[in-house]
Amino acid sequence: MFEDYIPFFIQLAIASGLSLTLLKGGELLGPSRPNRIKIMPYESGMDPVGSARQRYSIKFYLVAMIFIVFDVEIVFLYPWAISFQDFLAAGVGLEVLGIVIVFIVILAIGLIYDIKKGGLEFD
Amino acid sequence: MGLPWYWTAIIAFAIINFLLISASVLVYAERKVSAAMQNRPGPNRVGPAGFLQPFADVAKLLLKENIVPAMANPFVHSLAPFLMVAIAMTAGALIPFARGVVIADTDMGVLVLLALTSITVYGVTLAGWSSNSKYSLLGGLRASAQMISYELSMGLAVLSVVLMSGTFNLVDIVEGQSGGMAVLGWNFFKNPIGALLFIVTAFAETNRTPFDLPEAEQELVGGYHTEYSGMKFGMFFLAEYVNFFVASFFIVTLFFGGFLVPFEPAMISIFPSLDGSILLGAMQIGTVLLKAGFFAYLFIWVRWTLPRFKYNQLMTLGWKYLLPIALVNVVVIAIIMTVMQYL
Repeated sequence: MFEDYIPFFIQLAIASGLSLTLLKGGELLGPSRPNRIKIMPYESGMDPVGSARQRYSIKFYLVAMIFIVFDVEIVFLYPWAISFQDFLAAGVGLEVLGIVIVFIVILAIGLIYDIKKGGLEFD
Repeated sequence: MGLPWYWTAIIAFAIINFLLISASVLVYAERKVSAAMQNRPGPNRVGPAGFLQPFADVAKLLLKENIVPAMANPFVHSLAPFLMVAIAMTAGALIPFARGVVIADTDMGVLVLLALTSITVYGVTLAGWSSNSKYSLLGGLRASAQMISYELSMGLAVLSVVLMSGTFNLVDIVEGQSGGMAVLGWNFFKNPIGALLFIVTAFAETNRTPFDLPEAEQELVGGYHTEYSGMKFGMFFLAEYVNFFVASFFIVTLFFGGFLVPFEPAMISIFPSLDGSILLGAMQIGTVLLKAGFFAYLFIWVRWTLPRFKYNQLMTLGWKYLLPIALVNVVVIAIIMTVMQYL
């Protein structure tokens, strides 16, 4: 089972090696003459005002939280999707389909509730 | 996989080089296509018809200074482009180029693919956060919000394919599309809505126009890579092109028959010696490259044709249209499968 993934990790290692080479190559070959103006963060030519690590809109947090909920629910659908043909062959397809439709309807109600509450309004 | 590990390593190295070269060809193609669409010559000085322009650009980027802004986190500032390139190149291991020519023929290929696309979000977010610039932070936040929103629809579009094929193995998914007349077995014809959803979400996941809000230069300067220069910027650029090329391969693999040559069974029945020969393998590689090349061209074509979405339009499209459509698509496919079983 694990042997199947060895080629994948070989590719990951070579890709990381390439990535590291590009990163270090750029650092070694390029000049390095920093000065105060050069390392100033870009802010349309002005001196930067305050820190960039500021508070930002709560909507991004909301999107992330809703994403987690739906992503986990979609993950639950994967085991069903891969074995649905086996269920059909075993003759219990209709029951399994009914259960999954109930699950998806609950998920959809959650999405409709969220849209109605304005959790996804970006204006 | 019966090959010894060093052969795998050599093939993996070859595929990474292939992706590198195709990225430079795509950069050239993008500049030439956009030039043709805007009625100007495009790059034409370096090499024949400007073909060596991307290589000159890489040399230039390598020799430029790597500026790390004040107060930035230097480790994370380097980690972000590293992740982007490493993940983009690793996804190439999952592409079936021909029957038996795939590096990682795992039974969980689809899950690995989804996992890799999720890691790209980290690269973008970390790049935006680590630069200590307001434009970068906003660009990174927008990108991560956009990518996770569209990941749901992408997951459901892939789910509809898994539902029909009953496997997570990408090679088996391709082989499962071999039925029907020539091209009619492709998942695109069985599941057109899923295919369109996957193509749209692939544009959004790779941050290409019309979904390139993270780098909307009129409002966010360069977005999450505002503060990147030299080769680190080049790495984001490289990752973008490799990402959309790899995405074209996955569109082809999941929905357009992957390496299957049209009329392949008919040809084998006429020329039995073709089965398993190197010629057939070459034809399969040619087919998959042709199909993926078409979708790579589509990515470029769309970029120079459509304007960019507004941010609220983007979120509305992702959550209020694509996600419900994807859910309904999955349910409809499951119902059709059940009905066909009981007929």
